[in-house]
Amino acid sequence: MAIYLTNKSKVLVQGMTGAEGMKHTRRMLAAGTDVVGGVNPRKAGRTVDFDVPQCLNGLGGAPMTVPVFGSVREGMDATGADVTVVFVPPAFAKAAVVEAADAGIGLAVVITEGIPVHDSVAFTAYAKARGTRIVGPNCPGLITPGQANAGIIPADITKPGRIGLVSKSGTLTYQLMYELRDIGFSTCVGIGGDPVIGTTHIDCLAAFEDDPDTAVIVLIGEIGGDAEERAAAYIREQVTKPVVGYIAGFTAPEGKTMGHAGAIVSGSSGTAQAKKEALEAVGVSVGSTPTETAQLVLALLESAK
Amino acid sequence: MDLYEHQARELFEEHGILVPRAEVTASSKEAREIARRLGGRVVVKAQVKTGGRGKAGGVKLAADPAAAEITARQILGMDIKGHTVGTVMLAQPIEPGAIDTEFYVSYVLDRAAGRFLAIASAEGGMEIEEVAATRPEAVARVPVDPAEGVTSAKAAQIAEAAGLPPQTVDVLVRLWQVLVREDAVLVEVNPLVRTEQGRILALDGKVTLDDNARFRQARWGDEHSAHDDPLEATAAAKGLNYVKLDGEVGIIGNGAGLVMSTLDVVAGCGARPANFLDIGGGASAQIMADGLSVILSDPAVTSVFVNVFGGITACDAVADGIVQALDTVRLTKPLVVRLDGNNAVRGRAILDERAHPLVQQATTMDGAAAKAAELAHAA
Repeated sequence: MAIYLTNKSKVLVQGMTGAEGMKHTRRMLAAGTDVVGGVNPRKAGRTVDFDVPQCLNGLGGAPMTVPVFGSVREGMDATGADVTVVFVPPAFAKAAVVEAADAGIGLAVVITEGIPVHDSVAFTAYAKARGTRIVGPNCPGLITPGQANAGIIPADITKPGRIGLVSKSGTLTYQLMYELRDIGFSTCVGIGGDPVIGTTHIDCLAAFEDDPDTAVIVLIGEIGGDAEERAAAYIREQVTKPVVGYIAGFTAPEGKTMGHAGAIVSGSSGTAQAKKEALEAVGVSVGSTPTETAQLVLALLESAK
Repeated sequence: MDLYEHQARELFEEHGILVPRAEVTASSKEAREIARRLGGRVVVKAQVKTGGRGKAGGVKLAADPAAAEITARQILGMDIKGHTVGTVMLAQPIEPGAIDTEFYVSYVLDRAAGRFLAIASAEGGMEIEEVAATRPEAVARVPVDPAEGVTSAKAAQIAEAAGLPPQTVDVLVRLWQVLVREDAVLVEVNPLVRTEQGRILALDGKVTLDDNARFRQARWGDEHSAHDDPLEATAAAKGLNYVKLDGEVGIIGNGAGLVMSTLDVVAGCGARPANFLDIGGGASAQIMADGLSVILSDPAVTSVFVNVFGGITACDAVADGIVQALDTVRLTKPLVVRLDGNNAVRGRAILDERAHPLVQQATTMDGAAAKAAELAHAA
């Protein structure tokens, strides 16, 4: 079943005809994703051929042809799309998300990095009011291995399984997916490293708790804000499945942004230590390295046998 | 990016908020002239991007132009919490007797709620954290609907919640306009004062701008690229995402989360990371060479750790990048490389074939960190 994304998902790509959009649409197709169209008002009516070597769903080998629509609305009407992946540059990202929400799409995955926070505040509120779930911005997207891939997560480093993963960080997601490739994942969600994001750790915890395909949850956090502390409180109240955690940024100095716009310790708030302690206080095992985190998951699954 | 107080003051003034007359200078001689223009008696304020200036002796009253020059000379060059004072602002003082009441107002980003929050208190002048800790009921927190912003009605609601007088409503609306038009993530006025004559003045302020909005806020372009640390400035000029730290193991990795994690794992091995450097998804030879040259020019560095997970970029491409970088950058410190993920075996073989005497490989992140720490200590 997985969460948010399955083999039934029909995916549009806003900004498909740009360099990043082209590269990752090909990868999404190769992972078996049903990419039903791109959106670009200046190239509406054209088609784009993708040279996809082999597909998990048996397609591929020959070029796969994807139509370009003038708007999200048009694309949805023509194909029944229910997911959009947004690759458009920061200056146009807000308009793209607003358009997708106005069209009534269920899920908008915003990959774009560098969106002004006033825009993110505006479009996350706008989308929420219209029932559109936002994942991101500044995120790698989400993958349900063996079914579909919406974003830029490498699909070939893991396999389907029973671990659900939610993370602020892209590469730490990949690292854990790879370390636990023999067990496999139900869905991995990269929620993004910006201060304002559409889907939170808590949203994913709730969805994984309800997902019969997920047996154990991995939660990856990093410095900045208090999302991990709030996730800990939620775990205490609402989550019965075992959760393993990892937090990055113990050595980050106060007041410096560490790569992600949201990764900053301000005064005494947002520290890795506080997040680790909050998670451990509710019974979450927190690894001291990504590898140790993977080993904690393995030990947990072993003891459950 | 934080603005200096004088820049915040300028923004407030542009948006129609009353502020004291003031000028800024880096020269004590000029401070004397400015004091004369402002009427003789002035407050001399160190311009540094940190709090606690007053306690550190960075804010002083000068009775006349000659005193202003002496005071400016004392404050310029002063070190306040690691920040060297490069400029002072001279402002017309509001005499304590002329101030009726002091307030606190700010708009801050509420990350959890994904919107901005108005914070206001009738007990201004102190650190708001202190007021919030000792008398939480004296601090009003009012969420702002992003679609509506702060209208007069909303401002009236904020003022009422905090017990501020009706005259502050106009300032609250204008302050919101500063936040939105300047793409700020924080605007704060502390204190906002009401004078005996009933005028509302912003005496001190703080503004933090959103770095992501640089592309549409051209006026701060040069400020954004200003770095206190010379290595950070060099790295920024090369487009690298680099933060200088106090340690001996240079770090290069791909992805902000993985790099932060790498720093932690190195620290867990008993060494101190020298920097944060995220080379992102595309680890090209040029980026690798630029990254290595910045790190090797840090005299504190005694070993370097390249930690790459091949996801979108496969490890053989990363290895090619490292090999090409070694042709242009003279490696002077031992380099530990950990490649894992897509095409890791091929990537490792490429580095083995290059057989550079200072390059070592490890297959795991933890093992590589231990080796880099060991080499750093052996140096």
